[in-house]
Amino acid sequence: MTVEQAGLIYKTTSEIRGPILMVEGIRGVSYDELVRIRRPTGEEVTGSVLDVSRDWAMVQCFGDTSGMDLNITIRFTGETLKIPMSPELIGRVFSGSFEPLDGMPRPLSTDLRDVNGGTINPAARDVPSEFIQTGISAIDGMNSLVRGQKLPIFSESGLSHNMMAAQIARQATIPGSEEDFAIVFGAMGIKHEEAAYFREEFEKTGALSKSVMILNLADDPPIERIVTPRIAQTIAEYLAFDLGMHVLVILTDMTNYAEALRAISIAREEIPTRKGYPGYLYSDLATIYERAGRITGRSGSVTLMPILSMPAGDITHPVPDLTGYITEGQLLLQRELSLRGIYPPMNPLPSLSRLMKDGIGAETTREDHSDVSNQLYMAYAEGTRARGLVRIVGVVGLSERERTWLEFADRFENEFVKQGPYENRSIEQTLEIAWDLLSILPEEDLIRIRETYINKYHPAHKSES
Amino acid sequence: MSLVGTIERINGSLVLAKFDGEPKMGDLIEVGNLKLMGEIVRLSGETAYVQCYEVTSGLRPGEPVVDTGHPLVAELGPGIMSTIVDGVQRSETELWNLTGPFVSRGTNIVPLNREKVWPFEAKVETGDKVVGGDIIGTVQETESFEHRVMIPPDQSGTIKSIKSGDFTVEDVVGELETADGVVPLKMMQTWPVRMGRPTNERLPLEQPLMTGQRVIDTFFPCAKGGAAAIPGGFGTGKTVTLQQIAKWSDADVIILIGCGERGNEMADVVAHFPELEDPRSGRRLIQRTVIIANVSNMPVSAREASIYMGVTLGEYYRDMGYDVAIMADSTSRWAEALRDISGRLEEIPAEAGFPAYLSDRIAQIYERAGRVVTLGGGRRIGSVTLLGAVSPPGGDFSEPVTTHTLRYIGTFWALDTELAYRRHFPAINWLRSFTRYMDVASRWWSQFDPGWEDIRARALRLLEEASEIEETARIIGEKALPDEQRLVLLMAEMLREGFLVQNAFHEVDTYCEAEKQAALLKVLIDFYNEVEPLIRQGVPIERIREMGVVNDLLRLKENPGTDPIDEARGLLKVQADEVAEEYEVTER
Ligand SMILES: Nc1ncnc2c1ncn2[C@@H]1O[C@H](COP(=O)(O)OP(=O)(O)OP(=O)(O)O)[C@@H](O)[C@H]1O
Ligand SMILES: [Mg+2]
Repeated sequence: MTVEQAGLIYKTTSEIRGPILMVEGIRGVSYDELVRIRRPTGEEVTGSVLDVSRDWAMVQCFGDTSGMDLNITIRFTGETLKIPMSPELIGRVFSGSFEPLDGMPRPLSTDLRDVNGGTINPAARDVPSEFIQTGISAIDGMNSLVRGQKLPIFSESGLSHNMMAAQIARQATIPGSEEDFAIVFGAMGIKHEEAAYFREEFEKTGALSKSVMILNLADDPPIERIVTPRIAQTIAEYLAFDLGMHVLVILTDMTNYAEALRAISIAREEIPTRKGYPGYLYSDLATIYERAGRITGRSGSVTLMPILSMPAGDITHPVPDLTGYITEGQLLLQRELSLRGIYPPMNPLPSLSRLMKDGIGAETTREDHSDVSNQLYMAYAEGTRARGLVRIVGVVGLSERERTWLEFADRFENEFVKQGPYENRSIEQTLEIAWDLLSILPEEDLIRIRETYINKYHPAHKSES
Repeated sequence: MSLVGTIERINGSLVLAKFDGEPKMGDLIEVGNLKLMGEIVRLSGETAYVQCYEVTSGLRPGEPVVDTGHPLVAELGPGIMSTIVDGVQRSETELWNLTGPFVSRGTNIVPLNREKVWPFEAKVETGDKVVGGDIIGTVQETESFEHRVMIPPDQSGTIKSIKSGDFTVEDVVGELETADGVVPLKMMQTWPVRMGRPTNERLPLEQPLMTGQRVIDTFFPCAKGGAAAIPGGFGTGKTVTLQQIAKWSDADVIILIGCGERGNEMADVVAHFPELEDPRSGRRLIQRTVIIANVSNMPVSAREASIYMGVTLGEYYRDMGYDVAIMADSTSRWAEALRDISGRLEEIPAEAGFPAYLSDRIAQIYERAGRVVTLGGGRRIGSVTLLGAVSPPGGDFSEPVTTHTLRYIGTFWALDTELAYRRHFPAINWLRSFTRYMDVASRWWSQFDPGWEDIRARALRLLEEASEIEETARIIGEKALPDEQRLVLLMAEMLREGFLVQNAFHEVDTYCEAEKQAALLKVLIDFYNEVEPLIRQGVPIERIREMGVVNDLLRLKENPGTDPIDEARGLLKVQADEVAEEYEVTER
């Protein structure tokens, strides 16, 4: 018997309830340990221990339990779920439970890592502060991303979040540095064509050779999605903190992950909170998201971009809501903008990057960046308010000032937010567009911008000097 | 002679065990071969339910459990200040040194450093009669912070010996002759975190906690010894506001509890506080700050403990005679930890899955705020101010944690998502927020400017009026409103932009001293008083907007000091006179 096959073997399953199995008459089983479940036909799937006493264990099965009967063989492996780490993982494609999908052999290594990872000691964290230029104005100008940040995309089905994530993956650079990102891509329940799209996009730019893909697709077992993002994050941590790489992790779609968690919770008959999700959804999501960051004394970084769909576009739905409470901001895509032909259909107002302040300014982007961003927010908010008013009183009912705000909002959406999926704007270009638009407004209304910057960067004054 | 037993079952963080004896509720337990820390949360027949503070992966039924015989305590003595600890008071800096950047399990380090030597200066003499709370000596804990070593609350007697000199926290610095014999005096004492430390007397609140944040100090102040809550959806500014208060408030000691929130936010404090100076004393902010970081991906049960730990540390400094401000970010995550534990114990849930005792627990925590006469002689006065962030699901304030909290606090800073979206920060909604400490604050502000109360009331009324007028404007358009009403809208806009909006990241405006706050509000109201008669007598609102001083008034906050405010007032008079002349307005 090889080490891999060692462990305690039982054929004493007494109950199968959805994804949950009860196994009786066991001994010496540990909490959270990895379980191999074998059907009489020889097919094997994995699971883990959720609750254990001296003589029974409750197991969650990551594979499909339909068609299973009580004659299955349960092997307790004595170990938690661990995956082998080596530089050879780069360029590979795996299933959502780490089976090779690329026809190559299983990776081998003695360096095994628990997929649950550890918790980064808060005292050992290095505050992320390096500006990443994504080439997308709505992000760089108003919601700047920094290396080591966790910034999700909140979207709805049918919107161009994939295109946007791929554009970010393609264009993201640190200005003045040649380093590219390595990409870890974790898919939970997305469609084949979506996964293929990412693959092609990565291939086009050569990013594929610097990426690892972990794919649980729409027709793969839903409960497997519990481990998929954890495998992705474990690999990302290794690449970043052991090999010193800068890693961008894309996890899509986190709503499917949360649904898997809910299915387990319901099968365990736990008391649900909102919309049937368990009370620990926040803490559980945090164990995935908080693995992003930087560590003092280690050169790499994990930047995390989860994508999640908001059911019915509702930002207060538990999944986006609890995500927003954990991540360092959010980028919000909206159908309304998409319908008006705006790509990326990102509404800056409900979007936020909390780490922007550390990444921008005279030393990294430009001294006026923060003020300009604040002013754009204020002006666009006024503009959308004026737009709401037009619906009631018509354009004629607007004051002169309101009309200017309105014009600003329209041009802002079409010239600043809107851009091509292959258009890569430098931060200077982004700020130039911003100033051009702001110059529509009377100068007194640029109240969020310091006068020194107005004198220096406002088109009206720039031509003077 | 401690009780031992074995693990029977492991369900997540809850471990069921049987002891060969009778353990007590609340006892601290060493769980399993790894000696993880846990606490007894229920006793039922022979079974003890242990809530584990660390991840339980790999634990097996049959492994041993050991009862330490005491509940979770805080170690109190020099060495607390300027540190970053987890929810059960383990130094995270120390853990990092010992086990690397990832938290490892079962590393049981003692909270206070046992080797470090502190210069102890005795303040009592042999033969002095002392009671619990009396100060027996002082230690310079940080460059600018004096730690006062006290007789533990439950002791009293006569000083038999005492000496100044360099000691560790466990060294004997003296002896106390008590009714039950002689006991050694040390710099360190312990206290169970779930129990409030005793005081001699509760006092009425007398002073506002000044924070340098205009919307707070001027409109919705909290009193020293009071309690405040700041609820809001994600990204509305809870953390930034609490950190601003931690930075700029006039408390002597700050306890910042990161309870189930982000690791990077804690790292940010650790990185920036050492660089920042207190505007009043000039000392480094980190020298008066304790950080408790039990972040979101750390075990839920230690999160539950972290708030009690923070409050206990705060009470200890209060007992020395200091004003302490404690910020808990976020109490909702604490409540969720409570819910999680309750759910695993299969208790019957009340609202939203929370246990029925949620309200009592919230009350117990906020009850520990207060201004008191401390134990010991000399009528030493200290205070604990408690400020809690609340993170309501979906930003909806009707949920249990927000509604229960509301009953026990005096100041409510309601954050508003709409304001946050347009980057109006602090996004504290002036119509939904309230304070019950206005009398305390008014008294304090009046010593500055006797007319202050009226000016504040006037400003608040203008803001309220404006929001009513806006309702109408939403239907008929602003243009269709009479100019008197449009002036109110202009005034509200000026109050918002010129006064309420305060960018935490602006080098000057991050902190606004009381004198400047008062002057700024006054000049804005002066503006209204100047131009309102002009409008009434037919000067069009557009002409008022064109007055150059309008823009100056909006930017006054960006400049340090009050001189520019006086200049603007001069300019205001001149320009108002010009307009009056232009339109031949006589009655003003
Ligand atoms: N006073 C302020 N000045 C400038 N910016 C602010 C201010 N308050 C908040 N912000 C902005 O809002 C962002 C979100 O604030 P903050 O992190 O405090 O939100 P929060 O309410 O704590 O959210 P969460 O519940 O998710 O933790 C900040 O990153 C900052 O950009
Ligand atoms: Mg926060």
